[in-house]
Amino acid sequence: MIYRLGVDVGGTNTDAVIIDQDFQLVDSVKVPTTEDVSSGILKAIHDVLENAQIAKDDIRYAMLGTTQCTNAIVERKKLCKVGVIRLGSPATHSIEPMVDWPEDLREMVSNQYYIVKGGYEFDGREITPIDEEEIRSAAREMKGKVEAVAISCVFSHIRNEHEQTAARIVREELGDIPVSLSHEVASMGLLERENATMLNSALMKVAQTVTDGFKDGLSKEGINNAEIYLCQNDGTLMSAEYTKRFPILTVACGPTNSIRGASFLSKIKSAIVLDVGGTTTDIGVIVNGFPRESSQAADVGGARTNFRMPDILAIGLGGGTIIRGNDGEIKVGPDSVGYQITEKALVFGGDIMTATDIAVRLGLAELGDASKVAHIDESFAQKAMDRMMEKIEDGIDKMKLSAEPVPVVLVGGGGILVRDGLKGVAQVIRPDYFPVANAIGSAISQVSGTFEKLFTLDSISRDDAINQAKEEAIQSAVNAGADPQTIEIVDLEDVPLAYHPGNATRIKVKAAGNLAV
Amino acid sequence: MRKLDVQAIEDIASGAALLGAGGGGDPYIGKLMAMQAVKKYGDVMLMDPDEVPDDALVVPTAMMGAPTVLVEKVANGSEFKRAFENLERYYGKKIFATMPIEAGGVNSMIPLAVAAQMGVPILDADGMGRAFPELQMVTFHLNGVKSTPMAITDEKGNVAILETINNNWSENIARAMTVAQGGSVMISIYPMTGKQLKECAIKGIMSYSQEIGRAIRESNQYDIPPIKQLMDKIDGFELFKGKIVDVLRETKKGFNFGTVKFDGVEEYRGETCEVNFQNENLVAIKDGQVLVTTPDLVCMADLENVTPITTDGLKYGRRVLVIGLKCDDQWRTEKGIETVGPRYFGYDLDYIPIEQRMKGAK
Repeated sequence: MIYRLGVDVGGTNTDAVIIDQDFQLVDSVKVPTTEDVSSGILKAIHDVLENAQIAKDDIRYAMLGTTQCTNAIVERKKLCKVGVIRLGSPATHSIEPMVDWPEDLREMVSNQYYIVKGGYEFDGREITPIDEEEIRSAAREMKGKVEAVAISCVFSHIRNEHEQTAARIVREELGDIPVSLSHEVASMGLLERENATMLNSALMKVAQTVTDGFKDGLSKEGINNAEIYLCQNDGTLMSAEYTKRFPILTVACGPTNSIRGASFLSKIKSAIVLDVGGTTTDIGVIVNGFPRESSQAADVGGARTNFRMPDILAIGLGGGTIIRGNDGEIKVGPDSVGYQITEKALVFGGDIMTATDIAVRLGLAELGDASKVAHIDESFAQKAMDRMMEKIEDGIDKMKLSAEPVPVVLVGGGGILVRDGLKGVAQVIRPDYFPVANAIGSAISQVSGTFEKLFTLDSISRDDAINQAKEEAIQSAVNAGADPQTIEIVDLEDVPLAYHPGNATRIKVKAAGNLAV
Repeated sequence: MRKLDVQAIEDIASGAALLGAGGGGDPYIGKLMAMQAVKKYGDVMLMDPDEVPDDALVVPTAMMGAPTVLVEKVANGSEFKRAFENLERYYGKKIFATMPIEAGGVNSMIPLAVAAQMGVPILDADGMGRAFPELQMVTFHLNGVKSTPMAITDEKGNVAILETINNNWSENIARAMTVAQGGSVMISIYPMTGKQLKECAIKGIMSYSQEIGRAIRESNQYDIPPIKQLMDKIDGFELFKGKIVDVLRETKKGFNFGTVKFDGVEEYRGETCEVNFQNENLVAIKDGQVLVTTPDLVCMADLENVTPITTDGLKYGRRVLVIGLKCDDQWRTEKGIETVGPRYFGYDLDYIPIEQRMKGAK
């Protein structure tokens, strides 16, 4: 038997699961997340191995979903000094790199940027030819002052040669320095893509620590036979080597893993996922087994970026949400007793009425001491429950793509709050093992490849353009480690350009498949 | 004259995005251009049009083309310096001030960057009082102001000065040049005297945008009921509160055509509404009855926080406040309706002012 070990680091808990080759859950543990993150990961691995009692050599895959990279950016810790070369001059000088970054992040990450000749028009023509000497002298100026280099380029999604050439020159001058290229990191929108690329460069040291730390932890526990993978924002995996090059792609893997885990546990490929916690409920959408991506720019540590993030709506309702009643007016939250629920909620002997107390009063859950909520008027409790469910129904409705009723999969500890018969919902599914859905999500992940480009449909037909994009996406999934036999196209977007009389369209394709064994 | 600080620029960006009536693009890029210019060259002064001498030369400035291109191929920053130098040589006269041609995310911001860089005031006026898609759709055109001599500049250093026989030709030639130059160019257009400006510009647009933007910001900062806060600031009508149930889109000749359909929420429960758009929102219909048509404004904002929504941001499930605003009286003339009325955009509808339609509505 071959096994997979999945680990997911959350804000409160670090979960670990072991899954066998038939995708059956063997064992799972939950331990508190530690401040340094890594000792919590080690403890979770240790505990789950102790419980599972399997031959350690049979663990062939180890997957980690972690917040370490996110924390490094948010806390401004252990970030590399980054030099930036932007290819686009004479365009783009009107907005220089990092113009709207928070001052502290800017100081931490970079003081070195160069806007040099190069870049493309939307149809692939050069804005100006690249000037190798200009790049060489920028690289020389950075020598000794930066630990990593980020290279961005106007319309590098249409053509990437300028970025490639610049990377070669930088390496010739600076030797073995990590170089991030914007076309490999993020999508359309120069400034957002450049920001994502710079943050990626800034994470180079952290990425090394995370991947090496995971590897060392595994071997300390006697696991030496496993391939290591890290979870990305889009619900797919990347190898340890790939992670060292693209650590920024891990920053939102938490919600993604719980959505993927929910899909796996419920065996449903398209649904709304409700992850009900103590303070908030995260509502996500699973489409063809993957989280729907957000169309909004994502703020990472105060910098606006545009890479792949799951579309999550957080609403202010969780197990600890405070319920107030005044002259028949019932107010649900938005504040919560949060992690203090086990002291403050009525059923646990506290003196604050919470959403959990209402659920216990109505017999939806058995938790704490039910006699402590018996005094709540039943019709009050019903009305409070109605208000709570309206919030959830509204949230679900906002995330739906059509008016059709959808199935809802419930995960997370607060799932007991939710009753059946929600409006606009076909059925509520409560899978087994729902509290560790996120770690399961990390263990069962696939690998993917994405391709995005603006096509001018004068020289190529729309069908040919789409096919070309599909082939590129599949190739990129294969490069990431997917078994070609299992690759499917999981997402396809085709958005025409506004205010432009030419026939230009942006096509984006994502392909995903199982890990090649 | 008064100074516009960074907060003022933020507020103008947000308010102008509402007055863009669904069009005008995302203010993000324009705002950053304006901010960097202010950082580099100093503050911008906002001037009342009545303070402009009659013989002064005023040149409105804007970006033309696809906002999608501008977010990738950001401007150089010297486009307007070159445009102004060339126009000044052409006229043999200094340019006294600049101004926006329209209210909208991108084009309300660009003249701010120009004013900072060139050290000229920005005027509290524009030529649309909203956003429209074509160059001749300005009140300057209604009053016989010529769009040329017009400067088209790109990031590479190319400068073209156009002299055309009429403003529709300016649109056609400039549009073709925009494509050749990569889909996004900077234009300096409708040069006019202070006297012409006072006769035909729509006054107060920057202040109005700023006030709306401030109302939106403060309602979110201080937990003030946002819809009331917004409606108090604008001269308009609440048309509908609804949830988007369908968005139909089609692209023809570079324009996004479409219809968005709403089901009513709150006091509008049980009612339906739809808005037709061509980049900008053009017609609003409630339960089969036309409520507003262009040139009056149909604007949309998020129902919870009244953040403006452009047509790009329409998607199923979004809760939207639909409001109608009176357009400037200049649009309500025969030539105005011919230029931007419902029939110009292909709707078989007469233009009836919003306040009359609302009186007839239940």
